[in-house]
Amino acid sequence: MAMNLFSIVLLGALLGLDVVSFPQAQISRPLVAATVAGALLGHGMNGLLVGATLELIALETLPVGASRYPEWGSASVIGGALFARFAEHGAGAMTLAVLAALATAWVGGWTMVYLRRLNGLVARRARPAFDRGSLQAIAGVQLFGLVADFIRGALLTLTALLVFGPLVRASIARWGMDARISSAVVVTLAVAVAAGAVWKLFHGTEYARLLFLGGLVGGLSLLGLR
Amino acid sequence: MTTPRPAIELPITTRIVMHLRMLSIQSGWNYEVLLGTGIAFCVEPALRLLPGGRGGAAYREALARESQYFNAHPYLAALAVGALARAELDREPCARIERFRTAMCGPLGSVGDRLVWAAWLPFCSLIGLAAFGAGISPAGVVILFLTLYNAGHIALRVWGLETGWRRGLGMATALGNPLLRQAPPHIARAAALVAGFAVPLALNRIIGPGRGLFGAVLIGSAIGALVLIRLHGRAEGWPIALVLLALFAIYSVAT
Repeated sequence: MAMNLFSIVLLGALLGLDVVSFPQAQISRPLVAATVAGALLGHGMNGLLVGATLELIALETLPVGASRYPEWGSASVIGGALFARFAEHGAGAMTLAVLAALATAWVGGWTMVYLRRLNGLVARRARPAFDRGSLQAIAGVQLFGLVADFIRGALLTLTALLVFGPLVRASIARWGMDARISSAVVVTLAVAVAAGAVWKLFHGTEYARLLFLGGLVGGLSLLGLR
Repeated sequence: MTTPRPAIELPITTRIVMHLRMLSIQSGWNYEVLLGTGIAFCVEPALRLLPGGRGGAAYREALARESQYFNAHPYLAALAVGALARAELDREPCARIERFRTAMCGPLGSVGDRLVWAAWLPFCSLIGLAAFGAGISPAGVVILFLTLYNAGHIALRVWGLETGWRRGLGMATALGNPLLRQAPPHIARAAALVAGFAVPLALNRIIGPGRGLFGAVLIGSAIGALVLIRLHGRAEGWPIALVLLALFAIYSVAT
């Protein structure tokens, strides 16, 4: 149990780091992060189910420069881990895992803003050394940011696990809604956000709407043939 | 068109170190100088080739200059890193380097955002979702997404550093590269097509078999999407999803 907690917190810290600091290889995307978290607990498929749902929602948010956006890395680890842990316990597991991940992503977005302010404070103090051309000062600011981001991700993941773990367990025990309806509600919301995001991203591109409709017909036909 | 200036050679080990450092170019990102310290950190290995070497007067002056305010997309910042390394080693006038830094902030940000965040990332993400919907294993989906995305990611960084280094302060012309200008709409069209396939396939795999439920989810999603499109610019979808999901969870626990 303690080993699992340690592994998940470490994973949350590492994948939280990928969002901005290092190496931005998108290992923090929900499709990857939630799947790896699920696999770490022996349920990769459950992790992937939550990861795909979160990925649909994450399509809407672009990690553009100074803007505040959800932190999907640590959040998806929480979603994947919670669903892997509670999937067999009852109907609301999927809904609650996605809800916990979204809440963590929202809080995580704020933690990144505070981290940038903290980095700014450190950079301001090091300004005289920058002006002297000190590599030590420049590397120090980079290293500080890296370590602080790692700690931010670890604390965020640990706090989210400690808050949402017992909450999910207690909520599942009282869950009164049918399992399939519960999943359907989550997926409806996720697909609505994804479709809105696709429109937002591509509606100005020539032929994109037609191609989307063509793909939709293709996708539905493939399902009909199954 | 700026002619290539092959006089100075950047040793391969220096290039490798610069590439590795660029993976953490944003780790000190802050509201004071944005990417400034990251740029200085990445250019620094090349500055050791200046007369006087590491710690010399030229090295220190250049490093101080490079740690000033700068902003760019983290991948396309490679172009600036290459160009600035070249400019410093060519001993370009300080005012010219500073003008270049000011002029490049906007274009390197907007071109990168349009190409990577608004086109390549969603495209790869949708390919991953389509693969998931098609029934590929968890490991297969993860490997496919990461391989595809990072092929583009790494190629862009490598091209950026090499092109920036080759062209120096004339690097701005590289932003007119057809790949950077014309790729976003092509990728967007491909992504729109993949999105059409991916959404129903992914949806079907998440909720499982049952046509009635599938149809209801599809209609509900379409209505939800239309509402979000109407709200475009005024509200984002994910916080709305968070609130609605929280209300649904409270209702499901209370009943």
